[in-house]
Amino acid sequence: MSDLAKNSAQPQETATAVKDPADPAAGGSAAPIPAVDPRLLVREQGLKGYGTEFVRKIRGGELGSLPVVVGLIVIAIIFQAKNDSFLSASSLANIAVFTSGLGIMAVGIVFVLLLGEIDLSVGSVAGLGAAIWAVLSVNHGWSDWTAVLFAVVCGLVIGALHGVFFAKVGVPAFVVTLAGFLGWSGLQIWLMGSEGSINTPEGSIVENLTSHYFADKAVGYGVALVAVLAYAASLLWETRRRRAADLPSRPISEIVLRTAVVAVISFVVAYELNEPEGARGLPLALVLFLAVLVIADFVARRTTFGRKVFAVGGNAEAARRAGINVDLIRIAVFGISGMLAAFGGLFIASTAGGATKNLGSGNTLMLVIAAAVIGGTSLFGGRGKVWSALLGMLVLQSIQQGLNLLGMASEIQYMITGAVLLAAVVIDSVSRRTQKTAGRA
Amino acid sequence: MIHVSATPVLALRGVSKRFGAVQALTDVDLEIHAGEVVALVGDNGAGKSTLVKTISGVHPIDEGGIEWEGRPVRIGRPQDAQHLGVATVYQDLALCDNLDVVANLFLGNELRQVQVLDEIGMEKRAKELLHTLSIRIPSVRIPVASLSGGQRQVVAIARALIGDPKVVILDEPTAALGVEQTAQVLDLVERLRERGHGVILISHNMEDVRAVADRVAVLRLGRNNGVFSVRDTSHEEIIAAITGATDNAVTRRKARTLTKEDAR
Repeated sequence: MSDLAKNSAQPQETATAVKDPADPAAGGSAAPIPAVDPRLLVREQGLKGYGTEFVRKIRGGELGSLPVVVGLIVIAIIFQAKNDSFLSASSLANIAVFTSGLGIMAVGIVFVLLLGEIDLSVGSVAGLGAAIWAVLSVNHGWSDWTAVLFAVVCGLVIGALHGVFFAKVGVPAFVVTLAGFLGWSGLQIWLMGSEGSINTPEGSIVENLTSHYFADKAVGYGVALVAVLAYAASLLWETRRRRAADLPSRPISEIVLRTAVVAVISFVVAYELNEPEGARGLPLALVLFLAVLVIADFVARRTTFGRKVFAVGGNAEAARRAGINVDLIRIAVFGISGMLAAFGGLFIASTAGGATKNLGSGNTLMLVIAAAVIGGTSLFGGRGKVWSALLGMLVLQSIQQGLNLLGMASEIQYMITGAVLLAAVVIDSVSRRTQKTAGRA
Repeated sequence: MIHVSATPVLALRGVSKRFGAVQALTDVDLEIHAGEVVALVGDNGAGKSTLVKTISGVHPIDEGGIEWEGRPVRIGRPQDAQHLGVATVYQDLALCDNLDVVANLFLGNELRQVQVLDEIGMEKRAKELLHTLSIRIPSVRIPVASLSGGQRQVVAIARALIGDPKVVILDEPTAALGVEQTAQVLDLVERLRERGHGVILISHNMEDVRAVADRVAVLRLGRNNGVFSVRDTSHEEIIAAITGATDNAVTRRKARTLTKEDAR
C-alpha cells in the first residue's frame, strides 16, 4: 500500500512508459505496477514516434482504415479531374444523403460480420420494412410515427427470428438468411398488392428523412462544434482517469493531433454543406446516420454486450466456457441487423419517392455487405469497426456519384463496384495472412 | 514448509461415476488442503479427467459425497463449482485470440458500471494480478494472438484466479510447452500454493509432478491406488502404483542395473 502511494506521488511522466525500463530498481520487487517489459516496442515520443509506429503496423499487416482513406482520396482526385462538379456542394450533399440509408444497413452487417457470420436478408428486410410502413400509414391510415416504429420493430423481430434458427436450431446463418432473402421479398410483393408502388405522402416523416435539410447554417457548424468538443472531452477525460490510476496514457500531443484532425474534417464538411453556391445546409439523413454510428460504436467498444460480440466472433467455445450466453448474443446481433435493415429501408423509400415491389432488391444487399468489408471489417469474425460502414459506403457512393456525373451506364458501375469489392476482400485476406506471420492475428 | 489446515478445502468421499456400462470411478477419495499442490496421476483411462470433471461440475457424481470446507455440497453444474470457488484451467486454453490480455482475463466477469465496461479498473487489476503472480507479459493491451504458448498458458491460469478461487484445477498445463515455459508454469503453480490456493495438478510428466507437488494421488482403473507424499516416496514406487504392479519394465531394469553394480 505504501508503494502505491509512493508511485502515485512520482512525477506523472513515469506513466508514459518509455522512461520506466531505465529505472528497474525503482519500486523493488513489491511495486504494484511493474515496469514496462523491455520486449515491448513502445512508441517514441513526438511526431517521429507516430511515424515509426505507423510503419511497424503496416509491415505487420495492420492496415486498418488506410486502404479506404487512400482509396477515397484517389477517387476524389480522379473524378474531380474528369468532371469538376464532383466536389460541388450538391454532389457532396447527394453522396451524404445516398450514403445514409445503405450505411445504416451496413452498420447492422458490421455486427453480423463481427460474429463471423453473414446476413443475406438485409435487402429484403429493408424492402419489407418500407412496404409495411407504406401499407400501414397510407392504406390503413396509421399515424406516421406508429407506422415507422412498427416497421422498425418488425425488422427487429425478423432478424431475431433468423437468429433463433441459426443459434438454437443450428441452421447455418448463410442458409437461414438466404431463405429470409427469398421469403421476406415474397411477403413484400404480396403486401404491395397489385398496384406495385405507394408514393410517400407530402410532409411525412419518411419523406423528410432524406429531403429535409437544416437550412440554418448554425446547425451545421453547431453539430461540427459539438462533435469536436465531445471528442476532445472524451479523450481528455479518459487520459485523466488513466493518469489517476497510474496507467500509461495518451500524451497531450496525441490528443491535440487527433482533435485537430477531427476538427478539420468536421468543419470542412460543415462548410461544404453550408457555404458554396447551391448548398442546402446539413441534411437530416446525415445527422441520423452519424447518430446511429456513434451509438453503435459505443455499444461495440464500450459495453459488455459489445465485448461479448467480439468474444463470440473470436472464439465461440471460449466465450461459452467463460459463461457468456452465446445463443442470446447471436440472436441479439441478428435482431440488430434486421432492425437497422428496416430502418435503412425507410431511407431508401424516401430517396426513391415511395415503397415499391422491388425496393431493396438488385444490388442493395451486395452494396451493404461490400461497404462493411471495404471499410475494413473482416469477413472472418472478431475484427472490425463500426466506422467501416461509413468509410466503405462513402467509397461506393462516391464511385456511383462520379460515374453518374460522367454519364456512365449502370452495367459499368456494376463491374467497377464488383472490382472494388474484390480488391477489398483481397486486402482483407492478405493483411490477415501478414498479421498471422507477424503474430497479430 | 507447507502448512496444512486441519479441514480440507475440498474432499471427495467415496465418489463413483458410471457412463453407461463403464464404471469410470469407483469409491474414490481425495482431499485438497489450502496451500497444497496435489498431483493427480494415472495412466490413460485411469479416470483423472472424469474425476476433475465431477469436481468442476461438468459430470455430476452418481454416488458418494463432496465436502467443501467440511460441509457436504452438491455440484451439479459448472456454475455450482464456480460459486463454491473452484476454477478450472482446461487443456485447450479457451482464450479469445482477437481480444487483448485484459479482455481475456475478465471475459464473462467484466468490471462495469451498469453495462459500460470499466476498462481502466480492469487494466489496473489485471496489472496487479499479473504482477503478484510475477507474470511477465510485454503489455496487457496486446491481443492474445501475439503471445507465445507459455505466455498464453500463464494468462489462462491467471484468468482462473480473477474470481479469487480456493481450489484451482490445472489439466495438463505443461503438455505443449518448452523447457523454459514449463519452468515458468511450474513457478506459477508454486506461487499459487504460496498464496494459499489448493491446487490439483494433472500431469503425465513425473518430473513436473515431483518438482512442485506435495502429495501424489494415484488413480488406477477408476480406483484410488494410493496417496503418496512426494518427499518420502521414490519415483519407482509411484510408477508402480500407476502401472499397478511392482513387476514392470522400470523395476526390472532397475533390478538389472543394481545387480550389475553389485557384481562389480
